[in-house]
Amino acid sequence: MAILADPMTRPRRKTGRTDFIQKIAIGLAVLLVALAVFAPVILPFGPLDQSLLSRLRPPLGFERYLSGHFAGTDELGRDVLARALHGLRLTLMLAFAGALIGLVIGGTLGLIAGLRRGWVEDAIMSLVDMQIAIPFTLVALLILSLLGSSLTVLVMVLGIAGWEQYARIVRAEVRRLSALPFIEAAWTAGAGPIYAAWRHVLPNLVSPLVVQFTLALSNIVILESTLSFLGLGVQPPQPSLGSMVGLGRDYMPTAPWIVLTPAVLIVALTFSVQILGDWLRDRADVRLHDR
Amino acid sequence: MIPYVTRILVKSVVTLFAIATVTFIATRLSGNPIDTFLGDGLTTEGRAELIRYFQLDGSLWQQYLAFLRGALSGEFGLSFVDRRPVTEVVGDRLWASGQLLLASVGLTVALSIPLGILAALYRRSWVGSAVMMLAFTGYAVPSFILSIVMILVFSYWLNWLPVVGNATFAHFIMPTIAMSGVLIAALTRFTRNAMLDVLGQDFIRTARAKGLREARVVLRHGLGNAGVTVISVIGLQVAGLAAAGSVVVESIFSWPGIGQLLVNAALIRDYPVLQFGVITVAVAVVIINAVTDLSYALADPRIRLARS
Repeated sequence: MAILADPMTRPRRKTGRTDFIQKIAIGLAVLLVALAVFAPVILPFGPLDQSLLSRLRPPLGFERYLSGHFAGTDELGRDVLARALHGLRLTLMLAFAGALIGLVIGGTLGLIAGLRRGWVEDAIMSLVDMQIAIPFTLVALLILSLLGSSLTVLVMVLGIAGWEQYARIVRAEVRRLSALPFIEAAWTAGAGPIYAAWRHVLPNLVSPLVVQFTLALSNIVILESTLSFLGLGVQPPQPSLGSMVGLGRDYMPTAPWIVLTPAVLIVALTFSVQILGDWLRDRADVRLHDR
Repeated sequence: MIPYVTRILVKSVVTLFAIATVTFIATRLSGNPIDTFLGDGLTTEGRAELIRYFQLDGSLWQQYLAFLRGALSGEFGLSFVDRRPVTEVVGDRLWASGQLLLASVGLTVALSIPLGILAALYRRSWVGSAVMMLAFTGYAVPSFILSIVMILVFSYWLNWLPVVGNATFAHFIMPTIAMSGVLIAALTRFTRNAMLDVLGQDFIRTARAKGLREARVVLRHGLGNAGVTVISVIGLQVAGLAAAGSVVVESIFSWPGIGQLLVNAALIRDYPVLQFGVITVAVAVVIINAVTDLSYALADPRIRLARS
């Protein structure tokens, strides 16, 4: 137990070992991404195709099942599976774009804060503190309500949502690296700050950033589907997983599949992506601020 | 100690200021606030009159100063919908939100701290893994899905619990659980990690070596020291998470609190209410954070003495 005294030396799981749950989660993540990518190709129905004669049909295995509509149909006779997979596609695209924007903003600010000490660093870090202190969902409500819920505004909101985590990681890592001999050697050899940052610091940032990017994806998926659920994210008739749950609520007593199909997909996505993030963290053996 | 306190206060004021500025910029980004706030149905003269009255003919900088002056004297305008001061509209809703918040934090603390201790003590056995898996689930399941699934199962299928309102104890059950899910996940993980850090310290070995009972070692020496960290997490993390959660959960269960008010205001574009509601919640979170930081400083002699 004594080895636990220093949290930095706490023994962690041996890197490189993948347990059963992790294997399932990684497989699931790959499957979900593949389904999202190939949704338009593999599905016989479009997400907006209506068929008023086959409304509210249940999924495979129930009475009144309509062949071909594996997850049933909704109140306008649209195929629930087609809508859910197109929703998954949109959710994933928004999440990747949002996480990327966060990475660019946060990474740049973190790099600046780490390399330039003094008031620049103080200013950036107090911005980080503010972002942490403000409940961001509320700011998102305000912005989306005022600027309208276009996809552009939504992506920007999702991007701003997590930038501070990247900034903290990059700054901490830059400070740690700056004290190491090889950076000092680069300085001594006459490397300028930009050269040193690009050549010696950035390559060392790749693994913590990949891990943070993955963990951010799952947070952004949750934020996006929550906003869409509330009616402030993706607007109908365009399907998104969150808005399907929100709009399907009215039919829940008689047609729960409209809500359950996208709900299962959201949970499968956040679950597998989070486990994937943890797995990457174990493998890369990086410590993030998860406490 | 005094520099520490000053820093916390300065940080809080700066954050509040930033929130006020963000809401100001957000309202101005969307164009002329008269058009935004009053909508159509205004004559040209009436509009010009209002622009003069609200000093919107001044520069953006003057408008900003006017906004700050109004904010400091507590004037945030009238709601579009019921034409009452937004301070009243939001004020009416404080108690319902407070009740739900208290119930959720109560449930979270009652469950997470024992679970976190269990996970730390039995971290190599299935008990620890099961608790951590539970915490993981809490993070992965968004509160709106937890709510919807609970409504489906307990209200529609089993017919056990009511969905709408906050009249009786039964009304509290689902909203409280839905709010607490992510809070329990966060606090359980923090408690476990804090306990692991403390249980590895030398003084725990000393306590064991002098023959104290294990329960006393864990609760008195372990939790006693980890507790400070845990309480700070309750204040810092839980406040923000609960603010976000209340928006979702209150609007799903038609809970007459600020969260529901905000979502409705956002959907029908009742900007004055939305603006003031966001500021109110942000102020509450900032105050809770500051109080937590201060009590953390008071409770921990390492901070209390180091800074003086």
